[in-house]
Amino acid sequence: MANQYTLDFEKPLLELERQIDELKRVGEEGKIDVDSELQTLQAKLDSLRQEIYHNLTPMQRVAVARHQRRPATLDYLSSIFTDFVELHGDRLFRDDPAIVGGWARLAGTSVMVIGHQKGRDTRDNLKRNFGMPHPEGYRKALRLMRMAAKFHAPLITLIDTPGAYPGIAAEERGQAEALATNIIEMAALPTQSIAVVIGEGGSGGALALGVADRVLMFENSVYSVITPEGCAAILWKDATQRERAAEALKLTASDLLKLNIIDEVIPEPLGGAHYDPEGAGEALRSVLVRHLGELRKIRPEKLIKRRAEKYGAMGAFAEA
Amino acid sequence: MAWFKKERKPRVSQRARLEIPADTWEKCGACGHIDIRERFEKALNVCPECGNHRRFSAEEYIELLSDEGTWKELNAGLRALDPLQFEHYPERLISSQKKTGQPDGISTGVTRLEGMTLHLGVMNFAFMGGSMGSVVGEKIARLARRSADKRTPLVLVCTSGGARMQEGVLSLMQMAKTSAAIAQLRALSIPFITILTDPTTGGVSASFAMQGDVILAEPGAVIGFAGQRVIKQTIGQDLPEGFQTAEFLLEHGQIDEVVPRGSLRETTARLLRHMQGERQQSDRASA
Ligand SMILES: [Zn+2]
Repeated sequence: MANQYTLDFEKPLLELERQIDELKRVGEEGKIDVDSELQTLQAKLDSLRQEIYHNLTPMQRVAVARHQRRPATLDYLSSIFTDFVELHGDRLFRDDPAIVGGWARLAGTSVMVIGHQKGRDTRDNLKRNFGMPHPEGYRKALRLMRMAAKFHAPLITLIDTPGAYPGIAAEERGQAEALATNIIEMAALPTQSIAVVIGEGGSGGALALGVADRVLMFENSVYSVITPEGCAAILWKDATQRERAAEALKLTASDLLKLNIIDEVIPEPLGGAHYDPEGAGEALRSVLVRHLGELRKIRPEKLIKRRAEKYGAMGAFAEA
Repeated sequence: MAWFKKERKPRVSQRARLEIPADTWEKCGACGHIDIRERFEKALNVCPECGNHRRFSAEEYIELLSDEGTWKELNAGLRALDPLQFEHYPERLISSQKKTGQPDGISTGVTRLEGMTLHLGVMNFAFMGGSMGSVVGEKIARLARRSADKRTPLVLVCTSGGARMQEGVLSLMQMAKTSAAIAQLRALSIPFITILTDPTTGGVSASFAMQGDVILAEPGAVIGFAGQRVIKQTIGQDLPEGFQTAEFLLEHGQIDEVVPRGSLRETTARLLRHMQGERQQSDRASA
């Protein structure tokens, strides 16, 4: 079972999984009854997995959020949405595969879905720039957001990026402006919107798809103003201090719920979304359907007003 | 002749040094030009030799963009907290407050420019690198909402290294908070001008700085989303000459104009007169 995708803290599980496989093989070969022993081992494995996943450190959650096998936007589009039609390009420069989007159907309703898309393997990652969009990716997203509002369809965004790409061409084409424009337009978008952090919520590049009526996070996703590595490099001139930085930044879903930045944490199947993508999809589907049902009853003008009030209340300060 | 001249020159400068205290001399970081401080000050801290725009304080920008005696500060009582209990944040706040004499990284208020009422916010790079935490975000949001209520234009002089890391994701959300307030100005067609000064990067450039109806920048100011060190690390090569300067952004269509400090006041006033139309006429009549 051990492979390149196994996380360090999952390694104790591997030993038990190996013992179970071994016992099964012995059972089949020797025709000995191993059932009760198997049950014991399986129970031990389950409880160990539970113990590990209920006690993840912030940096371990970052590792789960970045897991190569973690379901990405296109996985959810094929597992819980139907009738997906992908729409490409910003009509200005090119199509950026680091962001995907288009029309889809959820529980009978047409919705616009836009999300960051990391690669599934090295080759795909090169194409998708590891989920780090250029300005044209954000401008494609903006075009689709406006289309959603035009046809009175709800907007669903799925966030999963290390951040907006820091490169020469991205700066030349106005990365700052692209992010700034998405953020202000999402704040006043005249339709229902739900943003879900499905993996990594990397700073401004995440927020540029993340200003919405409801903001949700998967249990093992993270959302931060800077990566733990970047924070450690600045504060302690030492990227290996990332554990300490991850702790300090308060970037887990439960932290963000406590800070009143998100509305709800979506529970993940035991072992994380990568261990049970179908279970994760089902969890996302039911939560989206519930929130869509609630938001559908509210008029767009009221949504915009409430959105401004919600974001207006974020922050911590004292007043003399 | 040659030895005679050589003999005389140091004597003159020696005498000058005796008459003028050493700390009144200023040196331009760009061209090395040395001049008495007064000459830099008269030129709005722009090098008289090469035109390099040196840092200007928040008070100096307020003075530059206000009619005399019209500035009235708003929300000066807001103070940062330490919501994440982040290592050394309270100490850093205190040392920045001591260094700058200001409670946080921005001054906001209402003022008059050539008789026109406007809301003005000026960021202060000396305060933790002009970083945007909850106080900066709240003061800008309140200023924008007041601009909307009073139907008067908003001008923001920006300088920032980005979000304030010590407030974590709360600082990130200030980008959304300020944007939501500025969205109301947009809906009401109230003019919003941003003036970008050196440097304007990160979360500030990726929110209100780049949301102006008109975006002006001072010559040579570094403006961009990503920091140059991060870009170099990512792409593994050196950056082109003049990358991310105001002139570079102008050439790439990202800002409206590069305006020398000496013309900022006149240009801003002229723009506001154009953009306010009828509204400005009535403002003047009631003044
Ligand atoms: Zn000079």
